[in-house]
Amino acid sequence: MTTPGSFPGSPPPTFAVNLMNKTRAYGRTVGGLRSLSLQAPAVTLLLLWMLVPLGMTLWFSFQRYNLLMPGMTGFAGLENYEYLLTDPALWSAMGVTLLLVGWVLIITVVGGTLLAVLFQQDFLGRGVARVLAISPFFVMPTVSALVWKNMMMHPANGVLAWLANLFGLPAVDWFSSLPLTSIVIIVAWQWLPFALLILLTAIQSLDDDQVEAARMDGAGPIAVFFFITLPHLKRAISVVIMIEMIFLLTIFAEIFVTTSGGPGLATTNLAYLIYIQALLDFDVGTASAGGVIAIILANIVAIFLVRMVAKNLES
Amino acid sequence: MTTPRYKRFLLAVLAWAIALIIFFPILWMALTGFKTETAAIADPSFLFSPTLESYVAVHARADYLKFALNSVVVAFGSTLLALLIAIPSAYSMAFLPTPRTKGTLLWMLSTKMLPPVGVLMPIYLLFRDTGLLDTLTGLIIVYTLMNLPIVVWMLYTFFKDLPRDILEAGRMDGASTLQEVRHLLLPLTLPGIASTGLLAVILSWNESFWSLNLTSSDAAPLTAYIASFSSPEGLFWAKLSAASTMAIAPILVFGWLTQKQMVRGLTFGAVK
Amino acid sequence: MRLRHTLPVAGAMTFASLSANAETITVATVNNNDMVIMQSLTDAFEKAHPDITLDWVVLEENVLRQRMTTDIATQGGQFDVMTIGTYEVPIWAEREWLVPLEDLPEEYQVDDLLSSVRDGLSQNGALYALPFYGESSMMYYRQDLFDEAGIEMPEQPTWEQVRDWASQLHKPGEETYGICLRGKPGWGENMALVSTMVNTFGGRWFDEEWDPQLDSEAWQETVSFYVDLLDEYGPPGASSNGFNENLALFSRGNCAMWVDATSAAGKLYGADESKVADTLGFAPAPIAETPKGSHWLWSWALAIPTSSDSKEAAKEFITWATSQEYIELVGEQKGWTSVPPGTRESTYANENYQQAAPFAGFVLEAMKSADPTDSTLEPSPYNGVQFVGIPEFQSIGTQVGQMVAAALTGERSVEQALQAAQRSTERTMQRAGYMD
Repeated sequence: MTTPGSFPGSPPPTFAVNLMNKTRAYGRTVGGLRSLSLQAPAVTLLLLWMLVPLGMTLWFSFQRYNLLMPGMTGFAGLENYEYLLTDPALWSAMGVTLLLVGWVLIITVVGGTLLAVLFQQDFLGRGVARVLAISPFFVMPTVSALVWKNMMMHPANGVLAWLANLFGLPAVDWFSSLPLTSIVIIVAWQWLPFALLILLTAIQSLDDDQVEAARMDGAGPIAVFFFITLPHLKRAISVVIMIEMIFLLTIFAEIFVTTSGGPGLATTNLAYLIYIQALLDFDVGTASAGGVIAIILANIVAIFLVRMVAKNLES
Repeated sequence: MTTPRYKRFLLAVLAWAIALIIFFPILWMALTGFKTETAAIADPSFLFSPTLESYVAVHARADYLKFALNSVVVAFGSTLLALLIAIPSAYSMAFLPTPRTKGTLLWMLSTKMLPPVGVLMPIYLLFRDTGLLDTLTGLIIVYTLMNLPIVVWMLYTFFKDLPRDILEAGRMDGASTLQEVRHLLLPLTLPGIASTGLLAVILSWNESFWSLNLTSSDAAPLTAYIASFSSPEGLFWAKLSAASTMAIAPILVFGWLTQKQMVRGLTFGAVK
Repeated sequence: MRLRHTLPVAGAMTFASLSANAETITVATVNNNDMVIMQSLTDAFEKAHPDITLDWVVLEENVLRQRMTTDIATQGGQFDVMTIGTYEVPIWAEREWLVPLEDLPEEYQVDDLLSSVRDGLSQNGALYALPFYGESSMMYYRQDLFDEAGIEMPEQPTWEQVRDWASQLHKPGEETYGICLRGKPGWGENMALVSTMVNTFGGRWFDEEWDPQLDSEAWQETVSFYVDLLDEYGPPGASSNGFNENLALFSRGNCAMWVDATSAAGKLYGADESKVADTLGFAPAPIAETPKGSHWLWSWALAIPTSSDSKEAAKEFITWATSQEYIELVGEQKGWTSVPPGTRESTYANENYQQAAPFAGFVLEAMKSADPTDSTLEPSPYNGVQFVGIPEFQSIGTQVGQMVAAALTGERSVEQALQAAQRSTERTMQRAGYMD
C-alpha cells in the first residue's frame, strides 16, 4: 500500500509564473523591495493553502483507493472518472444542484429586495423587527435543519401540520411529497436574512431627493421601485448572488439532516452524491474524482454566471 | 407628500408579521427547550408550565463551557489568521492588478465550491501524520483555509473602491509603504476589514462538517455538542432544543450586536 | 477522632496523585438511552478504577459511524473504545483493525453471553467485541383494539393476517392507524425491516454467485406488499418514520400494530412516556413463505481498535460495561426496565428483571432463534439477517433504501424503483470485483 500521506505539495508551474508576473507588474507601478516583501509571502501562502488540498484531491482521483479494501491500491487511470460519469445519479445530482441554487437565489433576491423596501419604511419598533428578521442567518445550518424537520415540517407533530389541521386541511408530508421544495424552504429561510441585511443597507443610501423629485413628476411607488430603487440596488444584488452562490453549490448539512438525499434521488445534489461515495463507500478515489468534477463545474458556473455578476460589480 | 396614516399602520403590521414569521422557528425552539419531552411533541401550544428539566439533563451529559470555549477560540483564531494572510494579498490585488488578477480571484472563489467531503480523506491523513487531529490548531488551520477565498474577495472589492487620490497624495508626500498602510490605508479600510472579519467569525462558528470530522473530544466545538443530542432512540426534542438554544445563543447575540458594522463594509461599494 | 480525621486526607491525597497519573481513554458511543445511562455511571467506574479516566464522545448514530470508520480505516488512533454493531465487527476484525478479546477474566463469565450474539461478534472463532445490548424484532399490538374487534392473536401471525387486521383496525379519523412500520430510508432503518420481510417472503439479496436479486419476483412481491400495506393502513408521512418516530406514534396510541426492535419493549412498558403500557400485546414478527430470517439480530457492542494506545485500560472498561455487575448496577439505580437487554442469560434468569419485564422470555426466544448464518430460503453467500455482511452493503443498503422510500412515496413505481436499485447494486458489485 502506498503511503497516502505524501503528495507533490508544490504548486504547479503556472502559478509560479502568475506570481512572478504580479511582482514584475508591481515593480513597474510602485517599485521598492519593501512592499514586495510585504505581499509575496502572503500571496504564496495563500496559493499554497488552496493548492495543497486540491493537489491531493487530484492525485487521489487517479488512484484506486478504498479505505475498506486495504489491499487494492494503485494507479487507476481514468477509471474513477469513468465510474462517476456513467453513474445515472450524477446527472440527476447536477439537476438538483442547479434547481436548488436557482430557486434559493430567486427567493432570497426577490424576497430580500421586497423586504428591504418594506423594512426601510418608518414604523414603530423598526429596529427590533429588523433584528428579528435577520436572525436566521446566525443559526447553524444543522440546527435550523433539525428545527424545521422536527418542529415545523413534521407531518404529525409539526407546527405546519397543526396549522393545516386548524384550517381543516390535510397535513402535508413535506419531506416525502415535496422533498426538494422543503430543502429550498429551509435554505431560503437561512439566506433570505442575509440578502435582506445587505439590501437594506444599500437601500438606505438611496437619495431621498431623487425619489421625491420622481414623485413630483408623478411617478407612483411602483415606478419609483423599478426605475430608481432597483437600479440603485444592482450592485448590492450582485454581491448577494455572488456570496450566496458560493455557499449554495455545496449545501450539505441541510440534506444530511433531513432527507438523506431521498426519497430516491430527489434531493441528492452533487455534494451529497460525493458524500455517498466518500463516506458510505469509503471510496477515496471516486470521491476525489467527484471533487474534481465539482470544481470543474464550479468553474464553468464561474465563467458564465460569476463573470456576469462580476462585470456588474466593476461598473 | 406623506403617506396616509392607515397605510403606515398597515405597513407596520405587515412588517412586524413578516419579521415574526421569519423569527418564529427560533422562538419555537427556545420555547421547546423549556418543555417536558411529552409536551414537546404534543399539539403546539404557547401555554405550558416551563421546566428546566431539559437543561438539567443536557448539562449533566456534556460540559457546555468546554465546547463553547473551543468554538470561541476556533472562530476568532481562524478569522484573525485569515485576515492576516488576506489583507496583504487583497491589497496587492486591488492596487497592483495584473491581467491575471481577476482570473485568479475567480478561480480562488471557485475552489470554495469544492464540496468538503471530496477532500476529507486527504486532509484526515495529513492531519494524522502531523498530529493535528482533535487539536484547536488543526481546526483553526482548516477554517482559515476554508474562509480565505471569500475573505480575500471581500477585502479586494472593498480596497478597490477606496478613493485613490488620497493614497496617491500620501505617496507624493513621500510616505513609505508601511506608513502608507498605517496612516492611510488602515483607517480607511477598517470598516471593511471589520465586516469581513465578522462574517468569517459567523461562518466558522456555524461550520459543521470539519468540526465533526476532525475532532473527537479535546477540540470539539458546539456543532459536536449538538450532534450528541440529535436523533437518539426515544424522545429528544426538548433536550435537543435546549442544547441548540445554548449553542446558537452566543453567536445570535454577537450577530445582533454587530449587524450594523457587518453590512457597512459589505456594501461599501454599493452604497457609495 | 483526630486520627480518623487525618486518614481521609491521606486517602484523598493518594487518590489525587493517582488520578493525576490516570490513563485517559476516549470512548466513542451512540447517543441512545442505554449508552447515556452508561455515561452517567462514569463515577462508579472511575471509583472502582482510580487509575483510569473516561473521556466521552457521544454522537448521533450516522455521524458516529462515519467518524469511527474514517478513524479506524486511516488508523487515526483517536478512540480507545468504539461502539459498533454486528455488521461492522466481522468486517473490521478481518482487516485486523480490532483487538481480539482473549483471556477475559474468569468473573466476566463469557459463557453467559447469548450464543447467537457472541457468534455475531466473532470472526474465525475469536471474540472481537463485547455486547452492550442486543435486540431482535417482534410485533407489538394494542390488546384493547384487538379485543374490541374480536381478533385473536395466534402464536405465530402471518403478514397476510396482519394486512387483514390492519384493514379492520385502521381508523384514520380517530388518529388510529392500522399499522406502523419503518419507512425512513437507510440500511439500518427501512431496510432492516424490508430485509426481514424479503427473507420470509422467500427472497434474498444475492444468489450464490453474488448476483443481486433485487429485480426478482420475491422482492417485487415483498416491496409491493409493504408499500400497499403502508399506503392503505399506515400513518401519514410513513416514509419519514424511523424507529424513533414509530416509537413515539405507538406509545401515544396511534398505531394498532407495529413490527420493530425488541428493545422498544422496555420503553413501551415504562409508564411515564407511554400511554399504551396497560394494553400492550406482543407477538413474534410475522412470517410469510418461510419462518427463516423473519426477525433480525442486532447488537451494539464495545470494541478496541488496534490503533488505541491504551488497550489494557480500554479492556478494563469494556469488561466492566458489559458485565453482570454493571447490569445489576443499572437495575438498582435506574430501574430494571432500563437494564441493557439481550446480552446475557443471567439477565433473563434474574427474578427482578422477569418481574419488571414480562416480555423478557419472549425476547430471549426471538434472540436465540435468529440465525444470521441461515436466514434465506434459498442459499445465499452472506451472513446477516437484516444486512449483508460485506463492506459494500452500507452504501448498497442506503441506496436501495432510498429507492424503496421512493416507491413508498409514489415518486417511482415499485418496479421502477427495484430496477434502479438493481442497477446501482450491480454497478457497486462489479466495481468491488464480486461479479464481472
